[in-house]
Amino acid sequence: MQRIGDAPRTRRLLIGLAVALSVLFLLLPLIAIFAQAFAEGVAIFWNNLSDEYTLAAIGLTLLVTALTIPVNLVFGVFLAWLVTRFEFPGRRLLQTLIDIPFAVSPVVAGLVYLLLYGSSGWVGSWLDGYDIQLMFAWPGIVLVTIFVTCPFVARELIPLMQAQGAGEEEAAVTLGASGWTIFRRVTLPNIKWALLYGVILTNARAVGEFGAVSVVSGSIRGETNTLPLHVELLYQDYNTVGAFTAAALLALIALFTLAAKAGLEWRATRREQFR
Amino acid sequence: MSIRLTNIAKTFGRTTALEPLDLNIADGELVGLLGPSGSGKTTLLRIIAGLEQPDRSRTSSIHFGERDVTNVHVRDRRIGFVFQHYALFRHMSVFDNIAFGLTALPRRERPSASEIRTRVNRLLEMVRLEEFAKRYPAQLSGGQQQRVSLARALALKPDVLLLDEPFGALDAKVRQELRRWLRHLHDELGFTSVFVTHDQEEALELSDRVVVMSNGRIEQIDEPDTLYRHPANRFVFEFLGDVNRLEGNVQDGELTCGEARLSVDLPDGHQELLMRPHELKLLEAQSPHSRLPVTVTSASPIGAEVWVELVADWLSEPWLATVRHADFERLHIKRGQRLFVEPRRWHRFGNAETHDQEVEIIS
Repeated sequence: MQRIGDAPRTRRLLIGLAVALSVLFLLLPLIAIFAQAFAEGVAIFWNNLSDEYTLAAIGLTLLVTALTIPVNLVFGVFLAWLVTRFEFPGRRLLQTLIDIPFAVSPVVAGLVYLLLYGSSGWVGSWLDGYDIQLMFAWPGIVLVTIFVTCPFVARELIPLMQAQGAGEEEAAVTLGASGWTIFRRVTLPNIKWALLYGVILTNARAVGEFGAVSVVSGSIRGETNTLPLHVELLYQDYNTVGAFTAAALLALIALFTLAAKAGLEWRATRREQFR
Repeated sequence: MSIRLTNIAKTFGRTTALEPLDLNIADGELVGLLGPSGSGKTTLLRIIAGLEQPDRSRTSSIHFGERDVTNVHVRDRRIGFVFQHYALFRHMSVFDNIAFGLTALPRRERPSASEIRTRVNRLLEMVRLEEFAKRYPAQLSGGQQQRVSLARALALKPDVLLLDEPFGALDAKVRQELRRWLRHLHDELGFTSVFVTHDQEEALELSDRVVVMSNGRIEQIDEPDTLYRHPANRFVFEFLGDVNRLEGNVQDGELTCGEARLSVDLPDGHQELLMRPHELKLLEAQSPHSRLPVTVTSASPIGAEVWVELVADWLSEPWLATVRHADFERLHIKRGQRLFVEPRRWHRFGNAETHDQEVEIIS
């Protein structure tokens, strides 16, 4: 029996179309980024890269990511554990709340944080009394990045932990293991790949987040400028090559992340086959 | 170690899983909790383990021997628990699974690595899995996994071994084998065991005493033999084996149901009689006591006795009878044959509430 698309001609046409579209929409822009970055030669590329403000933007982006990942790692594991291992009123609601950052536009998230934590906001004005400024400073960027990326780890873990059930943990507790021992020796080994996957996604988003960050950052060069914001600033300064240099850097991080993700997936399927 | 439950109840939200109950299990006893799904047997087992908390009440308590464990956490109750689906640590080898309890002990109580190795090897030998020490759970058959799970539960030498439908997920032959092996192990090591099952045969074969449960209540606690011969009520009777039902009106010592007649020593009125398959005798002609004409619809001569299915216009559901192979051959029983049934014995229970029981023997 023939399925639709089984005729060699149809199949070649469909595959060809898919490849063409992928090249046009995905690969070409990527190549363009690197082509633009190196348009005026390697020396200029290096020059742009070692620019004081670009370096500061790289530093800030790395700082924000480095702070966001551990927070969301702990928070995500805790949330997934709570939702999958306990029955309590409001459990469903909590599961829905986890998705809010996905549902809300990042710009709106940024604005809400600005209203709450800005110097005239509810929390912000109180903090202002202690001379603590969150908005238009790096802590604000970290806060909104955490908000935007907080579902990634939990979303990866919840279905897995639901599927695995609490059986092994119950077995461990009947064998006298303490809570920490159970987490370290039973729970964590079972979720480690999903956890790593969640971290990779968190990382990708934390590095690339633009909307929410642009609202709360104020884009002060060398101070509150992250890499994605820096790309925009340079572009507006008509420094196209500089903008694309920063963009190439972002693209590189993204590619690296994708490779790590593909590696994990490959490993996961191999483990499946082995079982 | 004996187990004593006093006034234990459990409700989940608005549903009652267990009505207040008492249960005493003697030291070294092997007790089966038997009941249909939803009867509360697993909840009861999990409460004994401490995996589930009973409803709070001043009078409720759980004792292991003299030790009051009502408020003792699972990890400190010193129980071994065997799960229905094994719950082996999937990322650990068989050896590490069995060693888990020992390696999870606080440092000052933990045996040395070499002693752990010796003990785990001894357990592996006991469950006959020496060659499988380095395998992972996914590489073992169901029966092997359940044996690992048992060895793991026994590694800490628990006083009480609790098993939740331990053989439920295994095929009939393996189940049979593991049952005998568990009984043997129990007798050898002398721990107190409680296991949950919905399989009557398993409960009756394996247990010293059986606790029959339904709807969160204990219906009867007795030795298998007593349970089968003297069921406390209709539920127990029906749950423990196949039942043939005869309903009809009694007048002047004769029960009538359509064309069927049976002499009974009962007051006038509507009556329901219950009979086990082995309590039915098959005859070629009617007897002075009874006229219960039936037609054979199938006969299965596999096993120690022949199972015969019988139908009749006066029966709402078919009857099952067991006959000896000799009788089977003598009567030339085949499909479509007309025969007469004579009950050797029948049972009658009052309303479910009154727990009234009556056994009569004719002839």
